[in-house]
Amino acid sequence: MWEYTDKVKEHFLNPRNVGEVEDANAVAEVGSMACGDALKLTFKVDENGKITDAKFQTFGCASAIASASALTEMLKGKTIEEAEKITNQDIADYLGGLPKEKMHCSVLGREALEEAIANYKGEPRKEQEGNIVCECFGVTDLEIERAVMENNLATVEDVTNYTKAGGGCESCHEKIQEIISRVRDEAKPVTPPKLSNIQKIKMIEETIEREIRPSLKHDGGDIELIDVIGNRVLLATRGTCAICKASQQTLKNFVETKLRELVWPDLVVEEVVQ
Amino acid sequence: MKTIYLDNNATTQVAPEVLEASLPYVHDLYGNPSSAHSFGGQVSRRMKEARERVAALLGATPEEIIFTSCGTESDNTAIMSALATERGKRHVVTSRVEHPAIKSLCEHLSNQDYLVTEIPVDGEGNLDMERYEKSLTPDTAIVSLMWANNETGVLFPVEKAAEMAKERSILFHTDAVQAVGKIPVDMKKNTIDMLSLSGHKLHAPKGIGVLYVRQGTKFSPFLIGGHQEKGRRGGTENTAGIIALGKACELAAINMEIENTRVKQIRDKLENEICSKIPNSKINGNPLNRLPNTTNISFEFVEGEAILLMMDELGICASSGSACTSGSLQPSHVLRAMGVPFTMSHGSIRFSLSIYNTQEEIDFVIEKMPPIIEKLRNMSPYWKTGEQVRMSL
Repeated sequence: MWEYTDKVKEHFLNPRNVGEVEDANAVAEVGSMACGDALKLTFKVDENGKITDAKFQTFGCASAIASASALTEMLKGKTIEEAEKITNQDIADYLGGLPKEKMHCSVLGREALEEAIANYKGEPRKEQEGNIVCECFGVTDLEIERAVMENNLATVEDVTNYTKAGGGCESCHEKIQEIISRVRDEAKPVTPPKLSNIQKIKMIEETIEREIRPSLKHDGGDIELIDVIGNRVLLATRGTCAICKASQQTLKNFVETKLRELVWPDLVVEEVVQ
Repeated sequence: MKTIYLDNNATTQVAPEVLEASLPYVHDLYGNPSSAHSFGGQVSRRMKEARERVAALLGATPEEIIFTSCGTESDNTAIMSALATERGKRHVVTSRVEHPAIKSLCEHLSNQDYLVTEIPVDGEGNLDMERYEKSLTPDTAIVSLMWANNETGVLFPVEKAAEMAKERSILFHTDAVQAVGKIPVDMKKNTIDMLSLSGHKLHAPKGIGVLYVRQGTKFSPFLIGGHQEKGRRGGTENTAGIIALGKACELAAINMEIENTRVKQIRDKLENEICSKIPNSKINGNPLNRLPNTTNISFEFVEGEAILLMMDELGICASSGSACTSGSLQPSHVLRAMGVPFTMSHGSIRFSLSIYNTQEEIDFVIEKMPPIIEKLRNMSPYWKTGEQVRMSL
């Protein structure tokens, strides 16, 4: 059985805005019966560009219904410009998260939203762009590239969870892997010019202060920069971090990632007791 | 909230008599049946009794019973033994609708230079016997066909298929996990060489299975270790499980008639009433050749996981062949093999009953299903106020 959040269950059992907006000026139909989920989204945009009403019809599982219900709630009262910024992750976040195998339900919501906005603007319905990679679910290379980029996906399994690509006969797994490698390679930051040691330490300090410390403080934790030797960043944990069992993970997954992203890609974080 | 358990093909409740019989062997009588002392010896005697009871249910001799840990182990042991003893033969015949215990193993074998033929089924889940006959070759090491399908309950003519294999000196195994205890099985009256069963499908606990191996069949053990099970399956015996299974088999023989009368009757009522009350619903599988406890019903234009979760809110347990339920993205391989269209297969629900289900429970489910399906259909873009809209399917 899936571990759904209470919010997903609640939106599934008491879905908001089921049906069709009668005088809708934005309409979209995405998905198909063969794929196992389909969504029809309709909404009404007033003369000021504000969404006044939004409704949905969904064929699909609990998380597909909950994602569509959430999307309609998020849309109401927003301007088209604001609605355009909604991502699939926003839909999942609104529901307190989705099981990773069910992320494609939020992607379906985002696809419907895009198509509906295009419909409102009077843009022609987008022809299938790119080349089909997954024959079973009709997913193109462009769709996979986008999912990898937007959600920072790293494995074929991730791609299947988000786009369904590769979830059928599995014969396209190699192609999906190639796309992941290509996109992630391109996404790598350009190597910054060489830093002097002093510059490096200064940047690490600034990054900790600006990007890292506020998040840690939020949970009552803190870190202190002890030393920098080459690319080794020596840190000591303070506050709740010092007694938290997950602090190692925080250091590696959060602190190190941030420092690599913002200072230097080869930095390695090490914890020292001091 | 009361639980209404209609998922007995997944697992069953342990019968109170079974629990009572086996409990002493979990704590007080913990001796090892292989020990020389009488403290262990008394367990060995009760195990012998249990073996006789299992053999009696199958019409077998006690020597033909090998205790294993589960149905999957029994299935794996049977196939791997055949491949080891039929040296040089590299062909396996099975069906498209087998349980993963056989299906995944066969996929694994086909990646290892074995040739696997999967016999198709028709729209009602019946085995294509013509294709089956043609598939048997001098290179065939073993045939493995399930007796009863876990999803639809459809029965395969395994006794006839076993004879056809016998005529060609090919070993025959059947996964009878869903059949044993629900329909009569008499190994004296057929030529099946090996048969798998699983305790927790017939009111014994999980963790105990049996592989029946006909006397005179060449055998190669899967788990190699001690002398247990006459060297055919190493590993200290699950004594409490074995004694539980013995009791469960004894009860199954007694309850077989109820299973085929009262249980069948309430199953029939359940499916007839649901199908007459809910438009665009249909039974999957040959209705005249099925287990007495199973029904698989498709509700067009709705999705199975959503149905199950709404049933769950009312305490009703069943299962679905929909993609979303399993975590895979495609609906059940059984329904796909039967050619059930996507509009139907995504919304399939399996109800599987046991002797512990009551008329009242069935009436409750009959009352609750129509509003659940209606609520979901009202949300579905493929359905409009009672008539389906065939948009781009």
